[in-house]
Amino acid sequence: MRRRPILAIAIPLLVSALVAGGAAAQDRAVAFIGAEVLPISGPAISGGVVVVKGGTIAAVGPAATTPVPPDAERIDCAGKVILPGLVDTHSHVGGGAGGDASGPIQPDVRIVDSINVRDAGFRKARAGGLTTLNIMPGSGHLLSGQTIYAKLRPAATIDDFFIRDADGRPLGGMKMANGTNSQRDPPFPGTRSKSAALVRQKFLKAVDYRRKLAEAGDDATKRPDRDLEMEGLLDVLDGRVIVHHHAHRADDLLTVLRLRDEFGFKVVLHHASEAWKVADRLAAAQAPCSVIVVDSPGGKIEAMDLSLATSGILEKAGVPCAIHTDDPVTDSRLFLRTAGLAVRGGMSREKALEALTLAGARMLGLEGRIGSLDVGKDADLVVLSGDPLAVRTKVLETWVEGRKVFDRADPDDRLFAVGGFGASRDQRAQACCTDDSFTEAK
Amino acid sequence: MIIAAPRPTVLVIAAATLLAAATARAVDPAAPPLAVFGDTVYTMAGPPIERGVVLIDRGRITHVGSALDVPIPPDAARLRAAVVTPGLLDAHTAVGLTGFLNQEQDQDQLDTGEPIQPELRAIDSYNPRERLVAWLRGFGFTTLHTGHAPGALVSGQTMVVKTAGGSADEAAILPVAMVAVTLGDDARPDDEKKSPGTRSKAVAMLRGELVKTQDYLRKRDLADPEKRPDRDLRREVFADVLRGALPLLVTVNRATDIDAALRIAAEFRIRIVLDSAAEAYLVADRIKAAGVPVIVHPTMRRGGMGETENISFETAATLKAKGIPIALQSGYEGYVPKTRVALFEAAIAAANGLTTEQALAAITVDAATILGVADRVGALKPGLDGDVALFDGDPFEYTTHCVGVVVDGTVVSNERW
Repeated sequence: MRRRPILAIAIPLLVSALVAGGAAAQDRAVAFIGAEVLPISGPAISGGVVVVKGGTIAAVGPAATTPVPPDAERIDCAGKVILPGLVDTHSHVGGGAGGDASGPIQPDVRIVDSINVRDAGFRKARAGGLTTLNIMPGSGHLLSGQTIYAKLRPAATIDDFFIRDADGRPLGGMKMANGTNSQRDPPFPGTRSKSAALVRQKFLKAVDYRRKLAEAGDDATKRPDRDLEMEGLLDVLDGRVIVHHHAHRADDLLTVLRLRDEFGFKVVLHHASEAWKVADRLAAAQAPCSVIVVDSPGGKIEAMDLSLATSGILEKAGVPCAIHTDDPVTDSRLFLRTAGLAVRGGMSREKALEALTLAGARMLGLEGRIGSLDVGKDADLVVLSGDPLAVRTKVLETWVEGRKVFDRADPDDRLFAVGGFGASRDQRAQACCTDDSFTEAK
Repeated sequence: MIIAAPRPTVLVIAAATLLAAATARAVDPAAPPLAVFGDTVYTMAGPPIERGVVLIDRGRITHVGSALDVPIPPDAARLRAAVVTPGLLDAHTAVGLTGFLNQEQDQDQLDTGEPIQPELRAIDSYNPRERLVAWLRGFGFTTLHTGHAPGALVSGQTMVVKTAGGSADEAAILPVAMVAVTLGDDARPDDEKKSPGTRSKAVAMLRGELVKTQDYLRKRDLADPEKRPDRDLRREVFADVLRGALPLLVTVNRATDIDAALRIAAEFRIRIVLDSAAEAYLVADRIKAAGVPVIVHPTMRRGGMGETENISFETAATLKAKGIPIALQSGYEGYVPKTRVALFEAAIAAANGLTTEQALAAITVDAATILGVADRVGALKPGLDGDVALFDGDPFEYTTHCVGVVVDGTVVSNERW
């Protein structure tokens, strides 16, 4: 059990210090021994070994050929299954909100400025084996703001979740939507054509802004004033930021691709309820789809032809396919279940597991760091009690960068895995101090 | 999805009285018997039978047993699957009143004009051709307890239907099952100036209705016909509640509201069934002592905030271990997805403390018992309706398919769901 905080006032500082010092605390290697290891990037390894050190994966392979460092902490995983940490390309956990009612296109707004890292939803996400989330604003705007790619480390502030690029900049995407969710009274669009026109007008403005910047060159006197909206769109136009685009209906999916081809941005199609109707076109356009898997069609007209068969049809057509939770629409604790349902609908087991891991990592541009168990990648992994797609299988442990962030054997963690009294309360701030087995806010 | 053409109705009896016997649906007397073979047959009337068979003739089950023992008529049609169960039963939904499009024209599950409307009959809204009915049927559901949704203090009546039949009258096996009551946050109208605005007000209003009905009954029995009150549909429904003929289906989540429901049941000595009951594990002893069954919320129902914040995957198992009768349900959904599937909810309950057979019972025989239709459906035994679901593996596994559905001896679905 965790100890209670000793110095209440110092807690935020202390937690930050511990988080920052996390890598140092993990200098000792940890070896997971004897599991069925599913690296995703290669075939399953029976009786496998995974060694992690310094927050990354140091070795993966069969026990016979994978040496365990003599000083490593050894964890017996016989009879268990190890997967890479799950990657959710579309989540709303954390109570964040993006753009407000003032307009349909708000590329200056960042979801990071509203996320509560103590939200119980993050503990539930870890209980489901999730280690990386794309946390997004909603679909009630044509463009509702900047998303954040969050690594579910123990956290006292959103900064602790950041995945940074080489320049130290936190990585994220841009959320866009079309179809009915973003149609409202003016200044919002009232039709699909109006939606596309508003988006095109805004992107044309960004193209102009980019030209003015280029023409000014190093001459600060000629440079246009800074414009946060334009800067957000330039990240998209220049390919630094991927658009995550909500779209259900087949024609809406193709409208997104029309805009993509006009302005040259990178895009992932999200939900893609009717993607099965235009799978060949999506394949020809190499348009990655992050699919939602829910228990019935309907609920709104755009979702009337939603199908459990979508993922399998996209796989057969050759469309890159991930699956997402859209939490709270589906529960992060049951993310593995959605892959099981995709298999029920015709997807292969291999591609269904890839859809929860490496395929999602690619759609976030993070495939070099997460999504598979390969040497050098982040030590994000999930220990399961059995077959990942079996209903009675439990997530036993979740590890992020070599640190355990969920342990079903811990009653405090178990509460968030199964629910019960207090399971939706924000976590208490916790920290302690006397040895390596420090407690943490998670 | 292949659905058998609607059969001609030989006999349609209007539901003339409140608790009228179910209307009979037509069964073709010339149709051959149907033999359903399963590597495992869960009868829910005894232990599972390995290599079993269910024989159905003229719409009803005639034999259940080992395939070696049951004589199969030479003209019988045959079906075979890895696992055979009774046709599944969804213990509470609004499907058929609520439609999948979620547009005004297909949403009849809730009238918010008044807080108390027990006279609203489910049979007057139920659409047997609703696509969500076919959706649930595809997963093995042959019987639904559907009707007015939670969301008003007394929102209306519920009914029990088969998922076949071309009209509400043909589909109904219990035209009036329960009266839907909601206590707690969902009983409050959107308009803050309207009652009930608090929990206590809601309970006071419900008690007031029952007290008024006691007076109505007293006056109705007066010797002088001149002094008897005019007929009042609302009072007549509550009168059936007071005389124990009709239970209240009380949708509650907080322990406070569960206690309030038990208090009313004890005060008026009426039958209630608790519905949803997210915090039932906090008051399980009192529920048990009151002898009240619980139709537990969909196992996977979200509980991030509000009165379901303490919801648990393990509630069905906790209540079952206490000896409280339970069933599982798809519940009511207001957005995407437009319905849950009780088979999936039972699967998660089976992964969180219920045994496979307990979870299966929660969507078959135990549900039928709570709904009062166990003499018709919910188990595979001679004399019951010929309702069967066929699966290509463990019914609760995500990757298993329902491969056939039989209602009254007629195949109504034969695709892989």
